[in-house]
Amino acid sequence: MIAIVDYGMGNVASVRNALALLGAEGVVTSNPEDFERATHIIFPGVGAFPDGMRELQERRLIPVLEREVLESRKPFLGICLGMQLLATRGEEGGETKGLGWVQGVARKFRIDEKNFRLPHIGWDDVSVSSECPLFAGVSSTVFYFVHSYVLEPQNKDVHVQVASCSYGETFATAIQKENIFGVQFHPEKSQKSGLLILRNFINL
Amino acid sequence: MLKTRVIPCLTVKNERLVKSVRFDHHRNIGSYIAAVRVFNARDVDELIFLDLDARSHGIRPSLLREVTKECFMPVTLGGGVRTVEDMQTLLAAGADKVALNTGALETPELIDAAAKHYGSQCVAVSVDVKPINGQYEVFKTGGTENSGREVAAWAREAEARGAGEILLTAIERDGVMEGYDLDLIRKVSSAVRIPVIASGGAGTSLHCVEAVKSGASAVAAASLFQYTQTTPALVKEELIRFGFPARIL
Repeated sequence: MIAIVDYGMGNVASVRNALALLGAEGVVTSNPEDFERATHIIFPGVGAFPDGMRELQERRLIPVLEREVLESRKPFLGICLGMQLLATRGEEGGETKGLGWVQGVARKFRIDEKNFRLPHIGWDDVSVSSECPLFAGVSSTVFYFVHSYVLEPQNKDVHVQVASCSYGETFATAIQKENIFGVQFHPEKSQKSGLLILRNFINL
Repeated sequence: MLKTRVIPCLTVKNERLVKSVRFDHHRNIGSYIAAVRVFNARDVDELIFLDLDARSHGIRPSLLREVTKECFMPVTLGGGVRTVEDMQTLLAAGADKVALNTGALETPELIDAAAKHYGSQCVAVSVDVKPINGQYEVFKTGGTENSGREVAAWAREAEARGAGEILLTAIERDGVMEGYDLDLIRKVSSAVRIPVIASGGAGTSLHCVEAVKSGASAVAAASLFQYTQTTPALVKEELIRFGFPARIL
């Protein structure tokens, strides 16, 4: 069973639908027992950084996630805001402390807004820079994005920042730190290539 | 390179897929689920789905869930959204983005609240426009009431309040298939820095190219895909021919 973190923000149903199509059972939950039972954890999300952290705290989800991900080392996938919340801190709507599982900051795009409209919405090319199991067998690397903030990891080594994309600046599009994965795009909304990413993740 | 999106727009009334002409004469053109399945199979970039009855009959989460269950591409849902709770209902039903229209015109603070909680990327402000005495004015309640607002000013206000996208529809062009209102697109896309989706008037692939040349970040179309042989993929081939990036599979 794959636990999909429910923190009252955004579209979590689409991740469950995508898992169902892959023949996997996804449970949208904020119940600690489900995370203990789960083999994998997916942390989806749209929304604002401070609200995301507040919802996690109010639902007392942080201790159980830390136990299952950092101690039990279950495969974990953060999507979009779910990736950004991994950062040490976020700059959206004032300075907010993040989960801090990945050293870095979630900050706004630093680009010329005359030439690059924000949010960055739509399908864009991703270049995969190292062998990350998430991208195994993915031949078309055009994915769907919808965001104005990016996670800038402190460690820019290609084994941490495993994929990148260019939109006025080059930004971390996928990160990996041992069992912790994050993608800035939406695999659950990226049709075939996205479903392959999710399949690679649940096969870990 | 960020691709130019080509977005089929589906509207529903009395549980049927309908297509209007100038926001009137809604013609029943079949099953919305069948249409959603076709567009999913065609791997379209995105989908816009508007429930025209939601304004009077209330939001129907079960109908919306039926749609999003078939969609493995991003979906904007709209119709009858007046509060942040309504927005949560649509998101819980599987929306990636929510379109605000009359609700935002009547309570502009709704845009601020929506963007603050869900992020700007989730908030599409849908703007229906008609030229009145040489000025583009914004209409509400399905294009039936003049809000008294000028379009560029409203688009800028929506952006300042946190909208992430403008869905710009020329009411007089809707269903006419003679081309988008290019002046309107130029006016609004130069007034804001958020993406503008052009809507209303597409009858050929070339019309879509013209809209993008005029500043649209994406094009939405309904009649073009319902009544002609043109598919979203053909539109994208045409865009590429004119030097605009598009996603071809």
